[in-house]
Amino acid sequence: MTDFEKLEQDFQAWQAKVEKANEKYPERKKQFVTGSNVPVNRVYTPLDQKDFDYTTKLGLPGEFPYTRGVQPTMYRGRLWTMRQYAGFGTAEESNARYKYLLEQGQTGLSVAFDLPTQIGYDSDHPLSEGEVGKVGVAIDSLADMEVLFDGIPLDKVSTSMTINAPAAVLLAMYIAVAEKQGVAPEALNGTIQNDILKEYIARGTYIFPPAPSMRLITDIFEYCSKHVPNWNTISISGYHIREAGATAVQEVAFTLADGIAYVEAAIRAGLDVDEFAPRLSFFFNAHNDLFEEVAKFRAARRVWAHIMRDRFGAKNPKSWMLRFHTQTGGSTLTAQQPDNNIIRVTLQALAAVLGGTQSLHTNSRDEALALPTEEAVRIALRTQQIIAYESGVAETVDPLAGSYYVESLTDRIEKEVFQYIKRIDDLGGAVKAIEQGYIQQEIQDSAYAWQMDVEKGERVIVGLNKFQIKENPPKGLLRVDPAVGERQKQKLVALRAGRDQKAVDSALASLRRAAQGTDNLMPPILEAVRAYATLGEICGVLREEFGEYRPNVMF
Amino acid sequence: MKELVRRCIEGDVRAAARLITLLESQDREAYAALYRLKDHAGRAQVIGITGPPGSGKSTLADKLITQFRARGLRVGVLAVDPSSPFSGGAILGDRLRMQGHATDPGVFIRSLATRGSLGGISKATHAAIRVLDAAGYDIVLVETVGVGQSEIDIVKVADTVVLVSVPGLGDDIQVIKAGIMEIGDIFVVNKADRDGADRVVRELRAMLETQAQLRRGQAPLGGPDTLAAHDPDFMHHAGLVPGLSEAVDEESSTPPVLKTIAETGAGVPELADTIVRHFERLMKTGELERKRLESIRYQLSQFVFDEMTHLLSLPELSKVRDELAQQVFCRTLDIYSAGMALFHSIPIQGAAHEDTHA
Amino acid sequence: MERKIRVLVAKPGLDGHDRGAKVIARALRDAGMEVIYTGLRQTPEQIVNAAIQEDVDVVALSILSGAHNHLFPRVVELLKERGADDVLVFGGGVIPEEDIPFLKSKGIAEIFGPGTPTSKTIEFIRANVKRPLC
Repeated sequence: MTDFEKLEQDFQAWQAKVEKANEKYPERKKQFVTGSNVPVNRVYTPLDQKDFDYTTKLGLPGEFPYTRGVQPTMYRGRLWTMRQYAGFGTAEESNARYKYLLEQGQTGLSVAFDLPTQIGYDSDHPLSEGEVGKVGVAIDSLADMEVLFDGIPLDKVSTSMTINAPAAVLLAMYIAVAEKQGVAPEALNGTIQNDILKEYIARGTYIFPPAPSMRLITDIFEYCSKHVPNWNTISISGYHIREAGATAVQEVAFTLADGIAYVEAAIRAGLDVDEFAPRLSFFFNAHNDLFEEVAKFRAARRVWAHIMRDRFGAKNPKSWMLRFHTQTGGSTLTAQQPDNNIIRVTLQALAAVLGGTQSLHTNSRDEALALPTEEAVRIALRTQQIIAYESGVAETVDPLAGSYYVESLTDRIEKEVFQYIKRIDDLGGAVKAIEQGYIQQEIQDSAYAWQMDVEKGERVIVGLNKFQIKENPPKGLLRVDPAVGERQKQKLVALRAGRDQKAVDSALASLRRAAQGTDNLMPPILEAVRAYATLGEICGVLREEFGEYRPNVMF
Repeated sequence: MKELVRRCIEGDVRAAARLITLLESQDREAYAALYRLKDHAGRAQVIGITGPPGSGKSTLADKLITQFRARGLRVGVLAVDPSSPFSGGAILGDRLRMQGHATDPGVFIRSLATRGSLGGISKATHAAIRVLDAAGYDIVLVETVGVGQSEIDIVKVADTVVLVSVPGLGDDIQVIKAGIMEIGDIFVVNKADRDGADRVVRELRAMLETQAQLRRGQAPLGGPDTLAAHDPDFMHHAGLVPGLSEAVDEESSTPPVLKTIAETGAGVPELADTIVRHFERLMKTGELERKRLESIRYQLSQFVFDEMTHLLSLPELSKVRDELAQQVFCRTLDIYSAGMALFHSIPIQGAAHEDTHA
Repeated sequence: MERKIRVLVAKPGLDGHDRGAKVIARALRDAGMEVIYTGLRQTPEQIVNAAIQEDVDVVALSILSGAHNHLFPRVVELLKERGADDVLVFGGGVIPEEDIPFLKSKGIAEIFGPGTPTSKTIEFIRANVKRPLC
C-alpha cells in the first residue's frame, strides 16, 4: 500500500467518524465558503495535493513561475514600499500632506487627483462644478504641478499617480517639473496607472473610446522605453474591479485579461515584448479572507509568468514577473463602528504582505465616511509598520507555502482564472468583452449576490448586520474647503493672462496634427505642457479628434 | 384630463409625459382623451427601429436624433424594453445612450416597459405615438428589441421601419426571422467596421431580391453569387473603404441596405436622408395613406385581439376554458365545438373589462 | 390596474463608482418597479429633464465624490422650477452624517449611507411615493 492509499483509508475512516459525531453536534454551517463563495473543506491534507510538484508549481523565490515571490530574498532584502494614496484640495495643501507623510516614514508618494483632472476637464468647466479638489488634488496646468512637488526632489522619491485617461498629460507634466528641478527623465522613478480598460469595466473615469485610448497607452510604452526607462508605464488594476463587486477569481482573471490586451496592443504597435513588458506593473485589492487573498496573489504571479513566457514568448525573466501594488479593500470598510475598520485593514494588509506585495496602501478607518484625516492616515501607516517590524511575517519568504489549504486555493484560483481568460479570448479579447458588457455583467452579478447574502444575514459583517450598537455620528471628518474651486478658477484666469498664447496655440495645433496621424503623441503633449496649455485644452483637442466613450450598460 | 390634453397640444412636456403614463396604465379616461388629440395627430413621421440585442439600436437612435435636430426637426423617442417576467419590474437602460439630448427642448425621450405578456404594450406605444405627434414632434422614433412578436407588432405600424443587423452575432443574418423581413423599409448593417459586414450586406441584398422576385411572380435568377453583376453598389461595398453612403434607387422594388458605424456616426447622415426620402416618397405616391390605413386596420384587429386576450385571462372565462379543455381531453367534446362554446361565452359588451380601468 | 412605480436612478457628478447605483437598480426591478438608469456624469439639468419626460415618481441619486451638497439641492430646485415637486428625491453614497440636516432642509427626502440594505430603500419608496398609485 502506498502512503497515499494508506492516508486515503485513514481519511475515509476519520470522515465517517466525524460525520457521525456531526449528527449530534453539527458544525456551525452546512457549507463553508471563502469570501468569494468558494467551498471550503473541513480539513486539507496531502490528498488534496496528490499531483503536487514543487518545481513546476512553486519554484524558488525570484524564479519561474514566481509563485513564491519575484525577488529571491523578498522582505529580508528590502521591505515593501509603504505608499499612502493622498491628495485633496489645491496643490499647496497636498504638497503639505506629502511632506508630512515623508516625515512620518512613508517611502513613496501616491498622488490622488480630483475627478475633473481625471476626466480631463479644467476646474472652470461646467461639469467640474462642486468637484474641484474633492477626491484628490486639482491640477489644471504645469503651474499646479510645480507647486505640488515643490521642495520634493523628484530624483529621490518614487511617485505613483492614479491617472488614466489623461495619463500622458500628467506624466508629461511630471517630466517637465523634473526638468525645472534639473532632474533628467532617466532618473525618474514611479508609476502611472494608465489602465483605461478597468475604467470602462469598473471605475468610470474614461474619456476616449477604446481604440485611441489604447494608442495613447502604447505611445506611452514606447516613449518611456526610450526616455524614461525606470518608469512603470502602467499599473494594470484589479483593485477597482474588486471594489465593484468582483470575486477574488474575477479580480485576477479580468485584470490579467486586460494585461493580455495591453501586451497584444503594444505588439501590434510594433514593440518588442521584452522592451516594454518589464515595466508593466499590477495593482490588486486585499479583502478579509486571509488565506484566499494570499492564494490569490500567489496564483496571479504564476498565471502571469506562464502567459508571458508561453503565450507571448517573452525571453526576459523580468517580463515574466508580476510585480504589484496592493490597497486594502475600501468596500469592506463599514460606516458603522468605524474603529473596527482598523482591524479589517490589519488582516488585509497581512494578506498582502504574506502574498508578497511590492508596495502597500492601507486604508484609513474613516474612509467609508469621508477622505481620511491626518490622524487616521497615521494609524493606517502604523499598521504597516507594526506588520513589518513586530509581527515577524517579513523575516522569511512566502511563509504559507506548503500549507495544504493555501496551495489548494492557489491551484483552484489558477484554474478558474485560466477558464475565464479562455472565455474572454473566445469573445475576441478583453476590449470586445468589455464592449459587449460581458465583464461588467459578471461583476454586477457577483455584487448583487454579495449584497443579497449580506441582507439575508448569510454573510456576517460585524457592526453592520450583527453586533450593532447605537452610535453617535462621527466627529472631526476631513472637509475640503469649498472655496478650492474658486481659487482654481482664479489661478486659471491668471495663467491664461500670463502665458505666451501663440506658443500654446501652436503646440495645440501640432498635437492635433499628431492625433490625426500616427506619430507618437508624447512629444507634442510635452510641448503643450511646457507652454502651459491646460489639461482641459489638451484633452479638449484629443476629445475633438478621438470622440468620447459611451458605456454599454447591461443588467 | 381636458386641461392635460390642452397643455399637451401646446407642447407642454410634463403634460405629454403624464398623459403617456395614464395611457400606459390603461386609464380609460386617458384613452377617451385620445379623441381630443385626433385633430392634432397625423403630422409626424413615425419611424420604427428594431434589431437584435447588441446591434447598437440605441446608439443609432442617438445619432439619428442629432441628424434630425440638425435638419430643424423636433424628435420624440419611445424606447421599449422588456419587463422582468419574474417581478414585473424593469430596468430601462436605452435612454442612457441618448442622455446627451436630455437638455435639448426639441427632444423628448420616453422609456416604456413591455409589462408582461397580456398585451397592452403595443396599444400603449401606439397611444404614446399619438401623444407625441399631437405635442408637435415632427419625428417619432420607436425603438425596440426585435425578438418577440409584440416588439414586431410595435414597429409594424410605423411609416418607415428600419431593421438593424450587425455582423458577428452568429452565422445567420440576425434580423431574418419569420415575418420580420417583409416589414423592413430600410435595412441597416451597423458596426460596419467589423469583419463580415460586407457578407451581411450581400446576404441581405440576396434575400431582398429573392423576396421581390417572388412578389413579382418570377423565379430568382441565380444565387447570391451572381448578384454582384447586377448590383451597382456591390463593387463599392466590396472595396476597402467602409463606403457608407450609396445612391438609393428610389423606384427600385427592393429596400435599400445601408452600412453604419453608429459609434462614430459614420453613415448616419445617409441613413437620415434615406429615412426622410422614404417619407417624401410615401407622401408623393399616396403610399402613405395606403400604409396608414393598413396600419389602422391592423391596429383595430390588434385591439380586439388584446381585448380578447384580456377577457380570456379573467377568472370566469379561464374557468369555462379549463372545463371545456377537460371535456376535450376526456373526449366528451371535440375541439371545434368546445372552441365555439368558449367563444359564445365571451361577454361581448366588455363589461368584464371594467376592473382594468378602475 | 395599479400603476407601476417608476424610478430614475442617476449618478450626478463625475465619480464613476456605480456599484451601489446598479445594485439598487436591480433590487428595485426585482421589487417590481420600473427603473430608468441614466448612467454616469449626469448634470442636474439632464437628470431633471429625464425625470420629467419619464414621468417618474422617484429620483434616486448616488454620489461618492463629495459634491453632494452642491448637486443634490440643485436637482430638487430644478424639479420645483419645472413644477414637478411631486417627485420624491433621495440620495445615497459616501455622505457625512453632519451634511444630512442641510440636505433634508433642501428637500432631499432621505439619505442612505453605506451599508443600507436595499430592502430598507424599497420600503422607503413604497411608503413615501407622493403620487397616488391607482
